[in-house]
Amino acid sequence: MEIPYTISTRPDTGLWNAKIGIWLFLASEVMLFGGLFSAYVFLRLDAQPGEWPHGLLNVPIGTFNTAILIVSSVTVVLAWAALKMRRYNAYWWYMLATILCGIIFLFVKLYLEWPPKFSHYGVFIKPEAREKYEPYLGNHRREEKGLEPRIEITGHLENHEALTDSNIKEYEIALDPVNADPDNPSHDRPHFIPLPATEKVAKIDKQDVERIDSFGPWHSAYFASYFTITGLHGAHVLAGVLVFLYMWLPVSKKVYQRNPEHLANRVEVSGLFWHFVDLIWIFVFPLFYLL
Amino acid sequence: MDASTSHPPSPGFGETGETHGPHHHEAGHDHEHHELGFWRKYIFSTDHKVIGIQYGICGMIFLFMGFSLMMIMRWQLAYPGQALPLIGKWLPYIFGANSMPDGKMTPEFYNSLGAMHGTIMIFLGVVPVAFAAFGNFVVPLQIGAPDMTFPKVNAASFWAFAVGGAIMLTSFFVPGGAAKGGWTSYTPLSDIADKGPGFHTVLNGQSLWLIGFIFLITSSLLGAVNFITTIIQLRAKGLTWMRLPFFVWSQFVTAFLLLLAFPPLEAAIIMQLMDRTAATSFFLPAGMIVNGAPLHVSGGGSPLLWQHLFWFLGHPEVYVLILPAFGIVGEILANNSRKPLWGYKSLVFSVLVIGFLSFVVWAHHMWLTGMGSTVSAFFQTTTLLISIPSVIILSAFFISLWGGSIRFNVPMLFVTAFLPMFGIGGLTGIPLAFNSADLYLHDTYYVIAHFHYIVAPGTIFGLFAGVYYWFPKATGRMMSEFWGKVHFWPSLICMNVIFLPMFLQGMLGMHRRWYDGGQGWTLAGEHIWGLSGFQWNTPISWAAWIMGLAQIPFIINFFWSIKHGKKVNDNPWEATTLEWTAPSPPPHGNFVTTPVAYRGPYEYSLPGREKDFTMQNEPVDPSERSRRMAEPALAH
Ligand code: HEM
Ligand SMILES: [Cu+2]
Repeated sequence: MEIPYTISTRPDTGLWNAKIGIWLFLASEVMLFGGLFSAYVFLRLDAQPGEWPHGLLNVPIGTFNTAILIVSSVTVVLAWAALKMRRYNAYWWYMLATILCGIIFLFVKLYLEWPPKFSHYGVFIKPEAREKYEPYLGNHRREEKGLEPRIEITGHLENHEALTDSNIKEYEIALDPVNADPDNPSHDRPHFIPLPATEKVAKIDKQDVERIDSFGPWHSAYFASYFTITGLHGAHVLAGVLVFLYMWLPVSKKVYQRNPEHLANRVEVSGLFWHFVDLIWIFVFPLFYLL
Repeated sequence: MDASTSHPPSPGFGETGETHGPHHHEAGHDHEHHELGFWRKYIFSTDHKVIGIQYGICGMIFLFMGFSLMMIMRWQLAYPGQALPLIGKWLPYIFGANSMPDGKMTPEFYNSLGAMHGTIMIFLGVVPVAFAAFGNFVVPLQIGAPDMTFPKVNAASFWAFAVGGAIMLTSFFVPGGAAKGGWTSYTPLSDIADKGPGFHTVLNGQSLWLIGFIFLITSSLLGAVNFITTIIQLRAKGLTWMRLPFFVWSQFVTAFLLLLAFPPLEAAIIMQLMDRTAATSFFLPAGMIVNGAPLHVSGGGSPLLWQHLFWFLGHPEVYVLILPAFGIVGEILANNSRKPLWGYKSLVFSVLVIGFLSFVVWAHHMWLTGMGSTVSAFFQTTTLLISIPSVIILSAFFISLWGGSIRFNVPMLFVTAFLPMFGIGGLTGIPLAFNSADLYLHDTYYVIAHFHYIVAPGTIFGLFAGVYYWFPKATGRMMSEFWGKVHFWPSLICMNVIFLPMFLQGMLGMHRRWYDGGQGWTLAGEHIWGLSGFQWNTPISWAAWIMGLAQIPFIINFFWSIKHGKKVNDNPWEATTLEWTAPSPPPHGNFVTTPVAYRGPYEYSLPGREKDFTMQNEPVDPSERSRRMAEPALAH
């Protein structure tokens, strides 16, 4: 028994099976990420003034990763076109390029972007104590200018023991430039590149602290959405890389030799998936890095 | 809709592509088939019929489990705080010491049973049977296809379901027991349940519920993609869209609902899982006090967000539960009234409209959350709109009976019971659509009665009808008529004794999910037919247990008939659709000769023919053609 229309098209629909299949699958993926993005919008609209952080991500790195994904979307099309022209060698190189782009993207994400977040801390100051930390928060000036208040002091935590040892009464924070020099107008807008923490250390009395958290998913609704969405997106990139790897390895050459159109169709379908993954990133990037 | 609609059913179409069951490859593939051993043939099969039967058997076992949980709960509702006789002292050995110490149910265990009853019934019982089992077994046969478009994906779908089901069941045995937050898992409660000291981060009831769900959603997703592609691509020659059996249409729309409604719930499930394992607070607002102590979370989350995402699935899900049953009912109704289904086109368009509208009504489950009157007015309007196509479908079914020479065999008995039962369920939903009325009825037993009339004597009866109807196709044998009736009548009576009084209990104010069944409500003193709302629990529970017994004839009949049922020919019901042209049971690849469709699905009692049924693959002879010209209503 053979299933009809796996490779050739059905005359009245003009499509082969997997092409319909992948579009349906992508429709469901749209709903999946749609659900997550609506949650983002919902939570962001619900956030109290000052609760939604800005400028904590590294825009150049994000831009680099955006570019990498766009390039890979081009190379995968070229790979497909090469197959259509029955040039297997060219296909092999373009596919390799695509796979490498995917790997670079994941490397940047997992080694350069995520880890530093976990050693950077935000100290949320109780509302009644914010006046006391005015030199780090600069809220008087912000109120005059009609800007959202600052409710946390961020930077590098110098005494990690303070997190667990209740005998230590203060957190020592090497301040980020925003809190080191809060009235400087250059800090009114988020920085393009996050500046490293300064030498200036602030001592913050634990009694004035609502909570202290690193920039992990537990930090805020913002970082929760950031890690969930970029994590799920990363999982999709990984899946794409694995599929491409399979199509690049010698096993797939056998498929090509039996029926080149079959491999071309497979590349087309997985390429559509790859474009979708790219498209999701095109939403992730502005939502988290820029807005 | 599509080029094929206008395509003449003449040969020539499809000649360029592969044709079904091509002969040039036959030899090479035959020997492949013979090599399949037992495991590949019956367990890890990729044949749509085997997968359908796997889904069906597993699903029916789950249905019985879900029902058993409810039978245990009904003891606690009828006789609160008393020890359950006979089995009570054994249950702690299965469910742990904290479930029923001395045979008396703890509140936590009651909550687990309730949540898992709902979850198992819907996601492990009805969806697998109604959509996956019947869809898999029947749809390719009805459209004249050799299999699904993606047989391996189909098998993957079943195994994802099996893993999800196993995880759900395992959750009964972890410390704290299975999920307790209801099938809706509302936050913040379920976000913080079974969390903290004494609980594993992952191996606890609620987290396993979430993880199991991810597998179930994956399974539905793979199934849905496969069904839609199969229906679009593998229809037999001449089987245009408007010649599809109504059952195929209902599965087509159901597949779209699963495809598009489940992913937002998956998003919500991922977020709740993050809340429980990665300390995020998607659904937790700041400043919550739990057990007298402030909860240390970042806050900034919204419990309402969960409700929106949940019901975005939840509402389409109720149509996932009912549409396949509609499809089954339509087939059996036409077959046994020996008449074309009345208003075929209206039925198809109604199902499509239901499909679209079901995505914009979800917040009618949330009147009580204070969304504001504008939002409420919008959802109230859409909800009333969606009731129109449902009424059209039910009316068309009733009219189909009109003037037919009805055969009351077992499938038809279940179908004729389905119609009024679904009617009661549907009509009692209308007060819930008005937010002012629902403010009073919300979360009472009135709601329980309303939706159970739809899913229990509605969907479940539809499924029974389908099992009796397609059993001869799957096995070549009939199930016993007599034991079928012994199954049917007590089930019908018990269903009504169970659910009818629940409307009254609800209107008296008895709340759902009450561990003691509203014992305190007896004090309110209002009586209906001599019994207070609480006292009604006793007859209801007895009816539930008797109904449990009434399933025994079905179970025995089912397994006995596989080997010993009366042997029948390929078309014992004298039906018209293509599945009845295949051998019973159909071989791998289904059809001996690839079918071609020449006519609509329900050509019963055509004038001027000796048989009262004309199968879809019977060519139209010239005299019939000229007769049809005169009768445009039948054409197409
Ligand atoms: C015919 C046998 C059935 C009986 C006797 C029965 C009985 C009940 C009762 C009494 C409750 C309310 C429990 C409470 O609130 O404490 C309930 C809840 C529920 N039932 Fe059933 N049921 C049956 C079949 C079904 C079927 C076939 C389905 C679905 C397809 C179903 C789905 C549900 C759901 C979703 C809930 C709500 C659970 C929750 O509160 O989260 N039931 N059932
Ligand atoms: Cu609804």
